[in-house]
Amino acid sequence: MRSLVQLATAAALIAAVACARPEASGSRPGAQPGAPQRIISIVPAVTEMLFAIGAGPQVVAVSSFDTWPADALKLPKVGALLDPDIEQVIRLRPDLVIVYGAESELRAKLGRAGIKTYPYVMGGLANLTKTMRDLGRQVGRAAEAEAAAAAIDARFDAIRRRVAGRPKPRTLLVFGREPGSLRAIDASGGVGFLSDIVELAGGENVFGAVKRESVRVGTEEILAARPQIVIDLHYGRDLAPDQIDRERDAWKSLGSLPAVREGKIAILVGNQFVVPGPRLVDAAEAIADVVHPQWRSGR
Amino acid sequence: MPLRRRIFLTVALFGAVAVAALVLAPMVGSAPISLRRVFDRSIPFTDNPDAQIFFISRLPRTLAAALVGAALAASGVVFQALLRNPLATPFTLGVSSGAALGAMLAITFPVSLAFAGVSTVPIASFAGALGAVAIVYFLSTVRRHGLSTTVLLLAGITLNAFFSSLILFVQYLADFSQTMRTVRWLMGDLDVGSYAPILAALPFLLAGFAVFAWLPRALNLLTLGADAASARGVDVVRTQRLAFFSASLATGAAVSLGGPVGFIGIIVPHLVRLLVGADHRLVLPASALFGAAFLIGCDVAARTLIAPMVLPVGILTAMIGGPFFLWLLIRRG
Repeated sequence: MRSLVQLATAAALIAAVACARPEASGSRPGAQPGAPQRIISIVPAVTEMLFAIGAGPQVVAVSSFDTWPADALKLPKVGALLDPDIEQVIRLRPDLVIVYGAESELRAKLGRAGIKTYPYVMGGLANLTKTMRDLGRQVGRAAEAEAAAAAIDARFDAIRRRVAGRPKPRTLLVFGREPGSLRAIDASGGVGFLSDIVELAGGENVFGAVKRESVRVGTEEILAARPQIVIDLHYGRDLAPDQIDRERDAWKSLGSLPAVREGKIAILVGNQFVVPGPRLVDAAEAIADVVHPQWRSGR
Repeated sequence: MPLRRRIFLTVALFGAVAVAALVLAPMVGSAPISLRRVFDRSIPFTDNPDAQIFFISRLPRTLAAALVGAALAASGVVFQALLRNPLATPFTLGVSSGAALGAMLAITFPVSLAFAGVSTVPIASFAGALGAVAIVYFLSTVRRHGLSTTVLLLAGITLNAFFSSLILFVQYLADFSQTMRTVRWLMGDLDVGSYAPILAALPFLLAGFAVFAWLPRALNLLTLGADAASARGVDVVRTQRLAFFSASLATGAAVSLGGPVGFIGIIVPHLVRLLVGADHRLVLPASALFGAAFLIGCDVAARTLIAPMVLPVGILTAMIGGPFFLWLLIRRG
């Protein structure tokens, strides 16, 4: 018993020293020499990736829309996705700024200030671990990035393997609608990470033939598509249990849908479903739980 | 031809067009359905997708299109007469931007105001519309007895600009997906999803229409100017007040039901005037009926052109109506 207490004390001391070291020495731990030490990410998905590959200590500021992880929320915020506060960015003396690839003007502006940028391009699901590995090389965390990406790939593969050969239920994935009613419904088309996740989880996206990320559909199109499963994503705010029930009840008016008759309406709540960062693997597992509830046990 | 007969003929003709649109529109859509199955009572409703498509999707949105189209077109006629300005629309006095601000706030900062089967966004937008009406009315009456149409117009235009900047501010605060959804709301959407929003808007629309039925003769005289109307025995202040409130109420209810569907409130009245002349006893009912038929037609196009995607109906009203109106204008000119 005493040796156990001693062991725990020693472990706590080591941990405390390990944590205290960066402040003491003034450098960020772990990153290869010459790697960027003052990173600003204005892309929430990439912020999540940086923290997942151990580059969190190198990040000095994030966007105003970041929600995860908790450590990122303690950092200064430099504005919105499309119009970051350039003065604030420059004042923080970053050596790497992560921006959306489409923002060529912002990149040019930062380039004139001598600041390096990393253009992030959102793509399908395969883009996630590819970006993590690439990012790892850019910020001197290649080995950690490789480990984190491989772990995520392994979890994706596990889902893929375990749902293989099962029937593919027709699945409707809704990522936006008017709360409490079936108005202004935005569903996933056949392009993008949400559609990829539905396919990975062993479902067949009912609007997969529409080669777009988002499809505005009416109740008629949904009734005609006859989904066997409805996955209804809610994010940006938490829903109380009674609100979740209310949102599920909104679907009951479409009683002829197989999904409604069989009670397969899943209300999933959380930003991990819509931010294409490393938590997408949690999202994919949650969606697989809905599409093939027995996938984990392999039955 | 005596006036009574002309009114009857006009209403019968435009009424036939509206009824035809109402009957035909629910038969057309992105999904093929069998009418026999729709009305087959032997199949339980919950097991009958054809009937659900017909009664849950197509019929409510066709009815919503009819009501919104009629309300916006008739309100356009009333505002043009009230303000004595052919460029006036139901949205000139800030009603729709008030409604839009309410909707933007409800989309961006979700709180649940849902009531009697109507979701938060329509309720918030109707509240915004009423707020705008109250502000404009207060401003135009505060300095004199009765309504000043000049102040009404200027206050409305200023309020529009003010609300628009607030809308942009709210959109600026919103995140990306919310901004996309608010922009989509501004394009109009008639997929009401159930009958509850229609029933909720109906009392306000009917109240508006009831006043419209009483207005035409007074509006005819009002277009000659307040003094001329007053000399012919019109209670100008009362007429202006009734016209303002009925048209604002109808517009607010229509916008909360289907979004700020543009173009109908200005072009349908002018189009009808090209066909039947300027007498409000003809123009007002004909515009309401034609507005209904026109928006039903646009909605059919909106939900079939790029199926299974649904186009926002507000995009199509001007896209279809604009060239048609120009053709009519050139032909008559």
